[in-house]
Amino acid sequence: MNAKAPATPTRRDRGSARAVRRPGDLFFSGASVGSAVLILLILAGVALFLVVEAIPALTAPTEEISGGRGFWSYVAPLVFGTVVASLIAMVLATPIAVGIALFVSHYAPRRLGKSIGFVIDLLAAVPSVVFGMWGMAVFAPRLVPLFDWLEKYLGFVPLFADASSTGRTLLTASIVLAVMILPIITSVSREVFLQTPRLHEEAALALGATQWEMIRTAVLPFGMPGVIGGTMLGLGRALGETMAVAIILAPGVFTWNLIGNGNSTIPAEIALNFPEAAGLRLSELIAAGLVLFVITLGVNLFARWIVDRRAEFSGAN
Amino acid sequence: MSKRIDVTDLDIFYGDFHAVKDVTMSIEPRSVTAFIGPSGCGKSTFLRTLNRMHEVIPGARVEGEVAIDGQNLYARNVDPVDVRRQVGMVFQRPNPFPTMSIKENVLAGVRLNSKRISGKAADELTEKALRGANLWNEVKDRLDKPGSGLSGGQQQRLCIARAIAIQPEVILMDEPCSALDPISTLAIEDLINELKVDYTVVIVTHNMQQAARVSDKTGFFNLEATGKPGELVEYDTTQNIFNNPSQQATEDYISGRFG
Repeated sequence: MNAKAPATPTRRDRGSARAVRRPGDLFFSGASVGSAVLILLILAGVALFLVVEAIPALTAPTEEISGGRGFWSYVAPLVFGTVVASLIAMVLATPIAVGIALFVSHYAPRRLGKSIGFVIDLLAAVPSVVFGMWGMAVFAPRLVPLFDWLEKYLGFVPLFADASSTGRTLLTASIVLAVMILPIITSVSREVFLQTPRLHEEAALALGATQWEMIRTAVLPFGMPGVIGGTMLGLGRALGETMAVAIILAPGVFTWNLIGNGNSTIPAEIALNFPEAAGLRLSELIAAGLVLFVITLGVNLFARWIVDRRAEFSGAN
Repeated sequence: MSKRIDVTDLDIFYGDFHAVKDVTMSIEPRSVTAFIGPSGCGKSTFLRTLNRMHEVIPGARVEGEVAIDGQNLYARNVDPVDVRRQVGMVFQRPNPFPTMSIKENVLAGVRLNSKRISGKAADELTEKALRGANLWNEVKDRLDKPGSGLSGGQQQRLCIARAIAIQPEVILMDEPCSALDPISTLAIEDLINELKVDYTVVIVTHNMQQAARVSDKTGFFNLEATGKPGELVEYDTTQNIFNNPSQQATEDYISGRFG
C-alpha cells in the first residue's frame, strides 16, 4: 500500500481511472496470494528435503545399498509393488464407484440415494489402520480359497503361480485398497453426475433414448473429467497408503506372483523400516520416498493432461 | 412422414396438482399449430404430453387420450421411448451435446436407435439433416468442431437438425426462439415454414406475432386464477384467432389487455 496521499487534486482525479484500493480487497488479495505462495513453498521444501537427503543413497557405491546391487535394483521391486497394487485397486474400484454414483444420482429414489451417499461417505471416515486390521485378520483368510482356485485354473500365468496359505498377499492388499478408495471416487463422480444439465438429459430423452442411453449420451461424457479426477485422487491415495498395506502384506522379496507371499510397497517399506534406520539406510528410504513423490506427480500430470485434452468439448465455452 | 394428432379429454396432473384441464383438439398433418397464452397456463406442459416428455418429472400423469394417426400414446403397451422416436422435440434453450462435434450431434439420435450406419450413410444423413435445418452452408467446413462453439441461433438449428435426422412424424417446439436474437429468430421461422412441407409442427410461443407469422392454427391457453388448472380457451385458424376471436379472453390477450 502506498502510504503517501496523492499530492494534488488533479492527480487524484486522474487516479480515479484506476480501481479504488479498499482495505478489505487488499487484505483478501494478500491472503489468497499468500496462501498460494505458501503451498508452493511447502511443496518446494518437501521436494528439496527429499532430494538432499536422497543424494547419499543415489551416489553411494553399489554394494553398500541394501541387497548389494545398487539403489535402482533396490527400489524397482518396491515401485512394482506400489504401482501394481494401486492400479489393481483403481481398476477394481472405479467401475463400482461409477455404478454407485449413477445409482445414487439417476436411478435411486431421492431419499434412498441420499442415505446411500451418506453411508459411502462414512466408509471414507474409517481409519486406514482399521482397514488394515480387518484386511489381515478377517479378509485375508477368507480369500485363501479364491487364491487356491486361481492357482488351480490360472496357475500357468506367472501372476497366479503359487497361492499363499495366509492370504496376506499383494492382491489382498489391492482389494482392501480398492475398498478404501471407493468413497472418494464415488463422491466425486456423484457430484459431477448430479451437475449434468437437465437440458442435456432431456435432449437425449427427446431423441428416444432409454434411461441407460441417456446416461451414455449426456451424463457420462459430461462427467468424464470429474470421474477421471476422482479416480486420480483415489489412485493418489492408494499409492501413498501406508498403514493398511503394512499390516496386511507379509513383506518379502520381489515376485511376479500376486497371490503368494512376498513383495512390498514403498510406503510400507518406509513405515516398517524407518524407525530403526540410520545413515545410508535412512537415505535409501528417503530416496524411495522421492521416487514415490515423482510417481504421484506424474500420475497427476497425466490426469490433468487427459482432462485438458478434451477441454474444447467440455461445454465450458 | 407426417401424421395427425387427436387429443381427447386430456387432463394433466403433477401429483395432486391439476395442471391442465380437459383438452380436446385435433392437429392437422403438414401444418404448423401454435399454442399461445400467459406464463403458467400449461401450454408447455401440454406440449410435453404429446411425446410423453412430461413423465421426466416425478409424479406427472395424464388422464385421457392422445392419438397419433389413431394410435393412442398412452395405451398400456406403448413404450415412451418409441413415442419420442416418432415425436421429436426442440427446447427453449439450444441444447447440443457439449461433448460432441457438430456431426456427432446430428447423428446422436440415429446412433441411439442402436442402428449401425456406414460412414458414407452417416455423411449423407448429416448433410441431409443439416440442409433440412438450413445450417449446412454455415458449418460444412467444421463438422468436427464442437457444437457448443456455434452461435445461439446456429445451435438451435443444429438441435432441429438433430431432431429431424431420426425422421420423426411430428416436431414439437417449446419456445424455440425465446433465447435468440431477431435475426436468428427469423432464420428459425423460415425453417418452420419449410418443415411443415414434411412434418407436423407444433410450437409453443410467447411471441404472438410469431404465432401469427408461422402458424396455420392457433390454440389459446389460459387459467382462471393461480392454482387453478390451465385450459384450452379457443382453438381455431390463426386468421380467426387474431382477427375474429370468439372468446372475450382471447381478444383481451391478443390485444394486450393482459398477459
